[in-house]
Amino acid sequence: MEAFTTHRGILAPLDRANVDTDQIIPKQFLKSIARTGFGPSAFFDWRYVLNGDPNPEFELNEARYANRSLLVTRNNFGCGSSREHAVWALAQDGYKVIIAPFRGEGDDYIPGFADIFKNNCSKNGIVTIELAEDVVEQIFQIVYGQEGLEASVDLEKQTLTLHGEEDLSFEFDYDASVKNKLLKGLDDIEESLTYLEDIESFEKTHATWITL
Amino acid sequence: MAKTLFEKIWDRHLVRDLPDGTSLLYIDRHLVHEVTSPQAFEGLRLSGRSVRHPELTFSTMDHNVPTDDSRLTIKDPISKAQVEALETNCKDNGIHLYGIGDDHQGIVHVIGPEMGITVPGLTLVCGDSHTSTHGAFGTLAFGIGTSEVEHVLATQTLRQKKPKTFKVEFTGKLQPHVSSKDMVLKLIGIIGTAGGTGSVFEFCGEAVESLTMEARMTICNMAIEGGAKAGLIAPDQTTFDYILAEDRPFAPKGEAWDKALAEWKKLPSDPGAVYDRTLVIDASKIAPQVSWGTSPGMVIDVDAPVPGLNDVPGYSAGDVQKALDYMGLEAGQKLTDSKLDIVFIGSCTNSRIEDLRRAAKVLDGKKKADHLRLMVVPGSQQVRKQAEAEGLDKIFKAAGAEWRWAGCSMCLAMNPDKLSPQERCASTSNRNFEGRQGAGGRTHLVSPEMAAAAAVAGHFVDIRDWNGGN
Ligand code: SF4
Repeated sequence: MEAFTTHRGILAPLDRANVDTDQIIPKQFLKSIARTGFGPSAFFDWRYVLNGDPNPEFELNEARYANRSLLVTRNNFGCGSSREHAVWALAQDGYKVIIAPFRGEGDDYIPGFADIFKNNCSKNGIVTIELAEDVVEQIFQIVYGQEGLEASVDLEKQTLTLHGEEDLSFEFDYDASVKNKLLKGLDDIEESLTYLEDIESFEKTHATWITL
Repeated sequence: MAKTLFEKIWDRHLVRDLPDGTSLLYIDRHLVHEVTSPQAFEGLRLSGRSVRHPELTFSTMDHNVPTDDSRLTIKDPISKAQVEALETNCKDNGIHLYGIGDDHQGIVHVIGPEMGITVPGLTLVCGDSHTSTHGAFGTLAFGIGTSEVEHVLATQTLRQKKPKTFKVEFTGKLQPHVSSKDMVLKLIGIIGTAGGTGSVFEFCGEAVESLTMEARMTICNMAIEGGAKAGLIAPDQTTFDYILAEDRPFAPKGEAWDKALAEWKKLPSDPGAVYDRTLVIDASKIAPQVSWGTSPGMVIDVDAPVPGLNDVPGYSAGDVQKALDYMGLEAGQKLTDSKLDIVFIGSCTNSRIEDLRRAAKVLDGKKKADHLRLMVVPGSQQVRKQAEAEGLDKIFKAAGAEWRWAGCSMCLAMNPDKLSPQERCASTSNRNFEGRQGAGGRTHLVSPEMAAAAAVAGHFVDIRDWNGGN
C-alpha cells in the first residue's frame, strides 16, 4: 500500500446521509476479477444518465469538482455490503480523503462511516476523517461558498485545513494503529506473518473438533 | 470474572494482542464466494503465498448463478469468467467447492449451517456482510473485505479491534404470524442502520429462546443492517438438536461430538456478565413490519401510515423526501393500498426450509393475484430437494409461483433476476437500497408469510387479521 503522510487537493461535497456501497459501486461492476478499472464507475447510478452521459444533476459532476481528491459527506457513509470494490472505485476515482460527521455520544452515537467500509479504506490508503456534525456543516457551507476550494490533511498531526480566504484548521481523532499503518504504507499480511510462531503454537493447542 | 458469550469466543481465539492495539484472532472457518474472492487469490499469487488451511476454507457460487433451468450455462460472459475463476482458484489451492450443478450448491450462508460447517463457539468469516447469519449458533461470524479475505487465506487469522457488546433482549411471546424477521426489522427501526456500529449484538430473552434455528438465523442475518459487526445467540438444546437432526458432513462426530458439546455448553454468557449497552424490546407488541423507504431503518408496522418528512428519527427531511420520491409513495398513505408487481421469496435471510413452509402454509390452496409475478427461490439445492419431498413445490406452482433453483437471485440483481425501473416488490431479502434489486426497482422488506399473503391479495395485508380471501 502507498503511504499517506500529507495530501492537498480540491474538496467536493456529497450532501447525502447513509450512502451505501451499492450506491458507491453498483453490483454489475462486481463481476470483474481484476482489481483495477473501477474508478469511472464510482457512484454510477447517480453519476450517469441512462445513455451513459454524465448526469448534470449529480453534484460531483459539476465542473468545479472535476479534479477533486477530498470528499465531504454525511453520516454512516459506506454502509451496507462489505464489497471492497466500493473503496477501490473511490481510490481509483482519485479520492484520498473522505470526511463525514459523527453525531451524538454514548448510546446515541452515530458514526461517520460504517465499520467494514472504514476498515477497507484503511487497507487502500484512504483516510477517513470523522468530525462533529456542526463542524462538517460548516465545511459544507465553505465548500459551497468558494469555487475550487482546496483542503489539506496532515495525518501525522491529525489536522485538516481548508484553504479558503483564510486557512481554517480542524483537528481530528484517529486510531493509532491505523494511522501508523497508513503513514508507513504497511502491508497487513506481511506484518501478521512476523507472528507466524505465535500462530503455529496457537494451532497446536486449538481443539481438534474445530480444526477439522 | 463473569464473561459474555462474545468474550468467551474472543478469548479462545486470541493468538496475541499486537503492539498497535489490535489483536490477532484465529479464524476457524472461512467461507468464500465468487464475487469477493478473485482479487484475494490474485494477491496471493502475486506475492507467492499459499492458502494456509485449505481444509478450513469452503466455497460455493451464489451471487452470479441464474436460478432458472438455464442455470448450468451462464450466458453473461463476465459472470461466467468470475465463476470459472473461483473453480480454478479452488482447484489450485485444494479448497472445498460446491459449484453450479453440485448437490450442495447454494447461498453461502445457507449451506454453512446446513453442512455442519457452522457450529457453536467458532470464529467464522466470509467476504460478505451477511456472514452475521452464522451467529445464530453462538459462533462469532462477520463479514470482511477482500484484503482481509486474502489475509485469512494467507495466515488463517485476522487483525481486529475488539468490538463492544450490545445486549438486545426480546421479552414476552410473539403474536401469531409475527416472525423473527419482524423482530429484527423492528430493532433496526428503533436503533437505525448505524445503531450497532462497533458492537456485537447478543440477542436473548424469551422470544429469542423460543425461536427455531432457522428463525434465529434470520435475526442474526440482519444484525449487519443495524450496523453491528455480528449478532450472537447463545447455543442451547435447539442448537444442538439442529446440528444432530440431519447428516451434516462437517459437524463433529463420535468422541469429537462429546468433547465439542461439553465446550458448547460452557458458552452462554455468565450470570452478571456486563455489556457495554443493553436494549429491551417487548416482543409481544411487535406488529408485522414493512419497510417503506430505501434503508432497512425506514420501516413501519403494517397498519401504520407512511411517515411524514419530520417523523423519521435519524433521517433528515431531505433523506425522507428522497426515499419517498424513489419509492413512489406519499406521507400518510397506507402501504396496504399500493399495488405490488413482484413478490420475491428467497435470499439468505428467508430461503430456508422453514421459511418456505411458512410461505406455503399461507399459499396452500390459493392463487396469486393475476397482475403480479411470484418467485420462490430456495436457498440451497438441499432446501429445494427437501421442499419437493414435502410437496411444497406443488403448492407454490398451484398458486402460480415460479419455483426456481438455488442462488441469491433477486436479492441483488447480479444475475438475470432483476426488477425493472419502478416495479414494486415485496421481498423477503434484507436490503431495500436504491437499485438493489434492479435499477429503479422499489423494494419492501417483509417476512415470508407477509410476502405470501401479499402475493395472494396483490398488495400488503396485515397477516394477523387477514381472512385469506383472494
Ligand atoms: S442472498 Fe443477498 S444478501 Fe444474501 S449473500 Fe446473496 S446477495 Fe448477499
